[in-house]
Amino acid sequence: MKKIYSIALVLLGSLMVCQPLSANTLEVCGKCDYTTISEAVAAAQPFDTVLVKQGTYAEYNIGIVKPLTLLGENNPVIDGQDKGEIITVQSDDVTVDGFTVVNVGTSYTTDYAAIRVVKSKRYTIKNCRLERLFFGIYLEKSSDGVVHNNYIQGDAVNEYNSGNGIQLWYCKNVEVTGNTVKNVRDGIYLEFSDHIDIRDNKSIDNLRYGLHFMFSNDDSYTNNLFQNNGAGVAVMFSKNIEMKNNVFRKNWGTAAFGLLLKEINDSEISGNTFEENTVGINIEGSNRIDYLHNDFKNNGWAVKVRGACYANIFKFNNFLYNSFDISYNSKLNDNGFDRNYWSNYTGYDLNKNGIGDVPYRPVKLFSYIVNRTPETIILLRSLFIDIIDFSEKVSPVFTPDNLLDENPQMKPIRHDTNR
Amino acid sequence: MLKILKYSFYDLMRSRWSYVYFLFYLLLGIVLLFLNNNLNKAVITLMNVIIVLVPLIGTIFGVMYYYNSKEFTELLLAQPVKRSSIFLGQYFGVALSLSMSLIVGLGLPFVFYGIFNSSAIWDFSLLLVTGTFLTLIFTALAFVIALANENKIKGFGYAILLWLFMAVIYDGVFLMSLMYFEDYPLDKFSLVATMLNPVDLSRVLILLKLDISALLGYTGAVFQQFFGTRLGLVLSTVTLALWVLVPTLFIYRMARRKDF
Repeated sequence: MKKIYSIALVLLGSLMVCQPLSANTLEVCGKCDYTTISEAVAAAQPFDTVLVKQGTYAEYNIGIVKPLTLLGENNPVIDGQDKGEIITVQSDDVTVDGFTVVNVGTSYTTDYAAIRVVKSKRYTIKNCRLERLFFGIYLEKSSDGVVHNNYIQGDAVNEYNSGNGIQLWYCKNVEVTGNTVKNVRDGIYLEFSDHIDIRDNKSIDNLRYGLHFMFSNDDSYTNNLFQNNGAGVAVMFSKNIEMKNNVFRKNWGTAAFGLLLKEINDSEISGNTFEENTVGINIEGSNRIDYLHNDFKNNGWAVKVRGACYANIFKFNNFLYNSFDISYNSKLNDNGFDRNYWSNYTGYDLNKNGIGDVPYRPVKLFSYIVNRTPETIILLRSLFIDIIDFSEKVSPVFTPDNLLDENPQMKPIRHDTNR
Repeated sequence: MLKILKYSFYDLMRSRWSYVYFLFYLLLGIVLLFLNNNLNKAVITLMNVIIVLVPLIGTIFGVMYYYNSKEFTELLLAQPVKRSSIFLGQYFGVALSLSMSLIVGLGLPFVFYGIFNSSAIWDFSLLLVTGTFLTLIFTALAFVIALANENKIKGFGYAILLWLFMAVIYDGVFLMSLMYFEDYPLDKFSLVATMLNPVDLSRVLILLKLDISALLGYTGAVFQQFFGTRLGLVLSTVTLALWVLVPTLFIYRMARRKDF
């Protein structure tokens, strides 16, 4: 990653050197030479800076086709009046910095965006505030860019007529950092995008997913917060995804989950916190994933395994006060559980080595029954269910008998000292 | 009847067991609230306790009171008092004193905790209402059993069996039938089966009000749709009321015909 950036920097530098060094600054304001941004952009030479002063500019379809720096001073507002797309970048080396973009047009045939980047390289979009939008930042076949510190506040009500906050389509090597996305359809959406680095973002109150991967490989997302989204984070049909130190919180509803994994292979999920989700992680057809040092707190189901999941490893996780720790829908098990802490564990530790002497069985009989016949969930918290769960714990008949944690910890794992 | 009700009520209010029952709830409420610090969780735990313990105590207490006060009852029968008013008076005396222990015992710690300023007030009042209903229902059933059985041991046996059936066995049969008929649509069936058992009905009513209802998924949505409407609420209240009324009628009729 670093290497690529340094190459990009060198390239950028050499390009700068080739150009005439007299980069001008064109000012835009009510009483300046240029009163609209479009005029200034059209008049500018490549590598000029267009400095937009404070004010409101009713403009849309601002096309940038040459390397430019578009700089907003004191947050000028660009009002698209719901007429269509607002800024379209079709050139390498463009920077958009410090604008407030409002009122993007909604269309059922075209994906209008507040800021769109098409087939370009080395772009930077930062410190922008987008409101009342359809699509926010739409990156299309564009690589080596940075999307940093933007604030996107949508007003989405229905999934069918709302767009995504930050969308990446066929992109490579993009950094998405420090953004806040609220109340759109998908907070951040990746399709066919590889080597994307998503860090320190907040994705809150979105209609569908906080973060959504489709067919995107070798990406990583770390230190993000996903809260109160329709259904948390969905990672589908992708490989080598690194998911670290994220917080998945309050994705609560009958069809909600913190993290959905579908057809994901060879990934690592570590240091994450799953708190108060209906389902912490929903796993389907995902193989060779390591789950290390995660906290599962107060979820309905901490982990729901739906089948075709092999060679996954759960180690050093804390399972705290979930209604169900693990749910399985078959008697077959090829996943390993070792050295986790389970708050429901009732065993003892006679030799005081911190590891319970009796293995823990994380799958309750009731969760097995519910998987078979979903209607039986209505007996949740009935005395009878407690009794059969207890008897199954003593002598397992229905649940996979090799599904157990041989070394359950007696105390919650402190991740920072134990890694 | 009111005089006898009053007598039974005061008699029980003075008895040690009422205080024990009252203190138990008081302690439970205090421990749950001040060790847990989470109102919603406290309500869930209380629900677990209420749907198991309240029926049990209602049945045992009802049977016990009837057999204990038998001599006094026979004395009363010699007086020119209507038979039905003697037994109904006793029944309401027991049921009301039990309900009061429950409501005051649980209510006090919650009031001190500040339930009135909290959004959980409705969940909590629902909890108390269903608890009261369960007390009324199971005390009435206990009186019916006691009236039908002269033999104390038999009476106690049947009472325990009744509780066991409602709280445990019924759910077992329910679960088995759900699993056995899993190929068929089961929404209506599970709705009806839940409505028929007051313990299950109370449990589901409370569960649906809490956050935890999201776990119920699709089935929960069906239930929510039913109990969320006015019809569902009226129907469940009517069912609970019927569970009180029918055994009370039985007490009334049995008391008239019984030969002492």
